Amino acid sequence: MKNFNGPVLFLDRSDINTDEIIPAKYLTEISKEALKPYLLEDLKLEGFSPESDIEGKSIVITRGNFGCGSSREHAPWAFEVNGINLVIGESFARIFRQNMFNCGMMAVELPEKTIDHIFKNYSYKYTLIETNLKDNKFILKTDDLTEEFDFSISDYDRSLVEAGGWLEFADLHY
Amino acid sequence: MGKTIAEKIFDSHFVDNPSGDIHVIRLDAVFCHEITTPVAINDLVERGKDRVFDPDKIKAVIDHVTPAKDSKTAMQGKILRDWASRLNIKDFFDIGRNGVCHAIFPEKGFARPGYTIIMGDSHTCTHGAFGAFAAGVGTTDLEVGILKGVCAFHYPKTIKIVLNGKLPEGVYSKDVILHIIGKLGVNGATNKVIEFTGPVVDSMSMEERMTICNMAVEAGGTCGICYPDMTTVDYLWEFISDEYSSKESALEEFKKIHPDPDAEYDSIIEFDINELEPMVTFGYKPDQVKPVKEMSETKIDQVYIGSCTNGRIEDLRVAASVLKGRKINDSVRGIVSPATPKIFKEALKEGIIEIFTDSGFCVTNPTCGACLGMSNGVLAEGEACASTTNRNFNGRMGKGGMVHLMSPATAAESAITGYISNSDLYRIQEV
Repeated sequence: MKNFNGPVLFLDRSDINTDEIIPAKYLTEISKEALKPYLLEDLKLEGFSPESDIEGKSIVITRGNFGCGSSREHAPWAFEVNGINLVIGESFARIFRQNMFNCGMMAVELPEKTIDHIFKNYSYKYTLIETNLKDNKFILKTDDLTEEFDFSISDYDRSLVEAGGWLEFADLHY
Repeated sequence: MGKTIAEKIFDSHFVDNPSGDIHVIRLDAVFCHEITTPVAINDLVERGKDRVFDPDKIKAVIDHVTPAKDSKTAMQGKILRDWASRLNIKDFFDIGRNGVCHAIFPEKGFARPGYTIIMGDSHTCTHGAFGAFAAGVGTTDLEVGILKGVCAFHYPKTIKIVLNGKLPEGVYSKDVILHIIGKLGVNGATNKVIEFTGPVVDSMSMEERMTICNMAVEAGGTCGICYPDMTTVDYLWEFISDEYSSKESALEEFKKIHPDPDAEYDSIIEFDINELEPMVTFGYKPDQVKPVKEMSETKIDQVYIGSCTNGRIEDLRVAASVLKGRKINDSVRGIVSPATPKIFKEALKEGIIEIFTDSGFCVTNPTCGACLGMSNGVLAEGEACASTTNRNFNGRMGKGGMVHLMSPATAAESAITGYISNSDLYRIQEV
């Protein structure tokens, strides 16, 4: 199973699309590793710099309709090769969300109020997340604050994460 | 309880229900292009599973960057080409015979009522125009589809959109779908299928229906679906005439997948189209839509007519009727990409290509190129494009460029004036 613990990258905007996650001009790459330097290259977001803000992060927290647009699995891959296997948001575009779980990664929804609370209390601080997949809890930690947040994922999504992805799951069953 | 179209199709293709509302369904067709398929092919080779579930159900095309523009895109084409040859995939369309996937595959009769189709391309929802369940997927779903002929989806919820009234003259299916997306929002149909119905859809050609279904994904929709009718049968007849004794019997068969009268919908939304005006996008999201007349101060640098949304013969005919005998503005670069060789040939025959070239347009070969800023018309920073495509994301047609989505008529008139403009086709009926 992949790693779902570590420091958080906050992306405080809704409707971040797949062209912003990985621009189409890099779709000519046929290795996942080649996408590494280009993650979020075209994302316009105040205070965000892809050069300095991505390095060392393992988890993204964002707002609604994340990953809308193209079907490109290059978007999850670009996160994966940068060590980011978990995106937490209010909601996700269907194909992006499915691609994440198909790769054994996670796209987890939290209610708008919880996301608001997290942005308000954590987004300006260095924040670590510990994911407890057994009890469905995210534990958020900063120097002076620790809180737990419950999440839910379906049995099916969990089985994809445990199998390592849809290809592995399908190999076992079909 | 009655069923929607998508529910009927899911039930007739059921393979497994691994848990919850997840249904694994059998696929009738897997469409492939050279951008999202090579990674799947390489992975299958690496895993020692270099095979396909059924070579006749796999259709492949090189369309995004063609001719290849550099060594990397040449290699993507080569991987797809070699794979098609190695695994005996006969329906493979290479340069000279290739076109934009969502235009050429329907043209070949590969999308049929009741079919299940996936492709590693978000605009696969286009094929729902034929009464199919067709969905864009990522490379892993595509890879499993290629290998095993199945795909997993949530059991579909459906929004029914009823289009009442009659399309005003000079207002097109593109204006209709932009208007709908403006009302639904970019995630208004996420995880849902959209059924398009009502008198406006009934009177539309297959081309117009494809334009509407093509952009279902811009509202987050999994698939846009129209009810198969005699227009569908007529379009497909050359491919299905062996299978049915008459067009009426084909229609009878296709009607079986029409939704039941007591089907349950997530929501039903009615639109009155009688008063609709030509529409255009103004921002970086497809739901940021305004009437064209409110954007008339907007200067443009390039006009692009083409793509899986509006690169079909009817689109070129409308644009040509606006351009005939006129020259495009000196400050504008005009590019038109007929979406398939068949459309290109028909446009040649009808004198449409000559009208485009006489007016100052560059006519390219069929390709997706400019729509996603990969080739054949990339924008420079700070430039704006009047485009008949489907997506206006920041940087979509080139870093720092702005894309305004619109119909071919509006795009053609904008090429003449240099500003976003309504064509006379619309003004005539305003008088």
